[in-house]
Amino acid sequence: MQVLIANHGAYLSGIATTLWLCLYSGVLTLVVGTVIAGFRVSPLTPLRAFGTAWVTVFRNCPLVVVLFFMAFALPVLGLNASYFVFGTVGLALYTSAFVCEAIRSGINSVPAGQAEAARSIGLGFTQTLGLVILPQAVRSIIPPLGSVLIAMIKNSAIAGAFGVGGDLYMTGTRLSSAQGEAVVPVLIGVALGYLIITIPAGLLLGYVERKVAIAR
Amino acid sequence: MTEASTDSPMIRVSAVDKYFGSSHVLRNVNLEIPHGQVVVVLGPSGSGKSTLCRVINRLETVDSGSILVDGKPLPEEGRALAELRADVGMVFQQFNLFAHKSVLDNVTLGPTKVRGLSRNQARQEGMRLLERVGIADQADKYPAQLSGGQQQRAAIARALAMRPKVMLFDEPTSALDPEMVSEVLEVMAGLAAEGMTMLVVSHEMGFARRAAHRVLFMADGEIVEDTTPEGFFEAPESERARDFLSRILTH
Ligand SMILES: Nc1ncnc2c1ncn2[C@@H]1O[C@H](COP(=O)(O)OP(=O)(O)O)[C@@H](O)[C@H]1O
Ligand SMILES: [Mg+2]
Repeated sequence: MQVLIANHGAYLSGIATTLWLCLYSGVLTLVVGTVIAGFRVSPLTPLRAFGTAWVTVFRNCPLVVVLFFMAFALPVLGLNASYFVFGTVGLALYTSAFVCEAIRSGINSVPAGQAEAARSIGLGFTQTLGLVILPQAVRSIIPPLGSVLIAMIKNSAIAGAFGVGGDLYMTGTRLSSAQGEAVVPVLIGVALGYLIITIPAGLLLGYVERKVAIAR
Repeated sequence: MTEASTDSPMIRVSAVDKYFGSSHVLRNVNLEIPHGQVVVVLGPSGSGKSTLCRVINRLETVDSGSILVDGKPLPEEGRALAELRADVGMVFQQFNLFAHKSVLDNVTLGPTKVRGLSRNQARQEGMRLLERVGIADQADKYPAQLSGGQQQRAAIARALAMRPKVMLFDEPTSALDPEMVSEVLEVMAGLAAEGMTMLVVSHEMGFARRAAHRVLFMADGEIVEDTTPEGFFEAPESERARDFLSRILTH
C-alpha cells in the first residue's frame, strides 16, 4: 500500500481530472440527451428520424470507436481540439443515447391524457414537454438515469486510456508500467479512486430520488 | 337558426372521414353548430363520439374533409394550431388535471403561458372561476386530493380560463360517482344559459332536455339523427336510435 501513500499526489490529480472529465461530460450529455429525447417524441417526422438515428448509432457503436472517430477523424475534417475536449465530447455523445432512452421511457410513463390536456389549452410541443410531461416524468427518469451516469463515470477510464491522460486510470497505468510499481496495489488504488467518485455520486442520486418522490 | 346564414357558424365540419387503420370511424360527417348553440351527442360506445370531439381541436387528424372553427380552417401544426386549441376548450372524461400542479396552478398555466397574462391577473381570474364552479376552497390542493366531481369542475375552470369560443365535453360525468354527477351538470347548464357554444357527448337525458338546443345521435361513425331533444327522446326516427334509447332507458 506504500505506493498509494508515496504517490497520493498523482492519485489525487488523477481523481481531479476524472472528476472534471465526468462533470463536463455529464452536463453535456444531459443537455444533448434531453434534446434528443425531445426529438424522439416530437410530432415532426424529420426530428423523430434524426433522434432515432442518433440513438441507433451511439447506442450500438463501441465507445472506443466513437472516441477514435473524435480523435482521428475530426482532425482530418479540419476540427482540432485537445484530447481532453475530444474525450469529454465523445463520452458525452456516446452516453447521450442512453440518457435519451432513460428520459424517453420516463416520458412514456406519464399518462397520455396529460399531454392531451396540455395541448388542448394551447400549449405548444416544447411547453407541453417542459411544463407538464417532464416534471411528472422525473420520478421515473432518475433511477435509470443514475445508472447511466455511473456507467459514464466508469467509461471515462476508456476516454482516459485513449489519450486524455492524467486521469485516474492513466495515472495507474503510468505508475505500474513506467515507474515499475507492482500492478495489484496500483490497481487497488485506482479502484479506490473510482469508488471515491461513484459512491458519493450514488448517494447523491439516492438523495435526489427521495427528494422528487416527496415533491407531490 | 337565422344567425347561421348571416354569420359563419362556430363549428363547420364538412364531409369528414376518419380511419383508424382499417376501421372507418367517422363516415362523411357534416355538422354546423351556430354561435351559442348547445348540442348533445349520444350514441352507442364506439360510434365515434369521442373522435368527433377530438378532430374538432385536432387532437386527431382527419383523413378527408374540412373543419372550420369560427370561420377559420384548422391549422396543420405549430403556433397557429396551438392558438386555435386555446380557443376551443375541452373537458375530458378522465379530467386529466395536471397531477403535479395545484388546482389554481392548473387553471393559471394556460393564461400565463399561452395568453400572456401576468401571474397576478391569472390568479385573480383563476380564483374567480374556481368560485364560479364552487371549489375556491380547494385552490391550493393537488388534484389527487379532490373528489371526482371537484376535479371535473376544476377541469372546466381550467378550460374556461382560456376564454374559449366553444367548449367540447367528452362524457364529462361518465367517470363520476352518481352523487357527483349533478354538481358538474349544474356548472355546464350555467354555461349553456350564458350562451356558450357547446358540444357535449353525454347520455344524461335530464341535461339534454334542460340545456340542449339540439341532439345528435351517432352510430357506426355516422350522424344518424339530428333533431331537438324532445323530438329525439319522444319520437326517434331510426330503428338504431329506438334500440339505443330502449337500452339506456331500461337501466
Ligand atoms: N387511438 C385509436 N386507435 C385505434 N382505434 C381507435 C382509437 N380511438 C378510437 N378508436 C376506435 O374508433 C372507434 C370510435 O371510437 P370513439 O370515438 O372513442 O367512440 P365513442 O366515443 O363513441 O365510444 C372505436 O371503434 C374505437 O375502438
Ligand atoms: Mg368516447
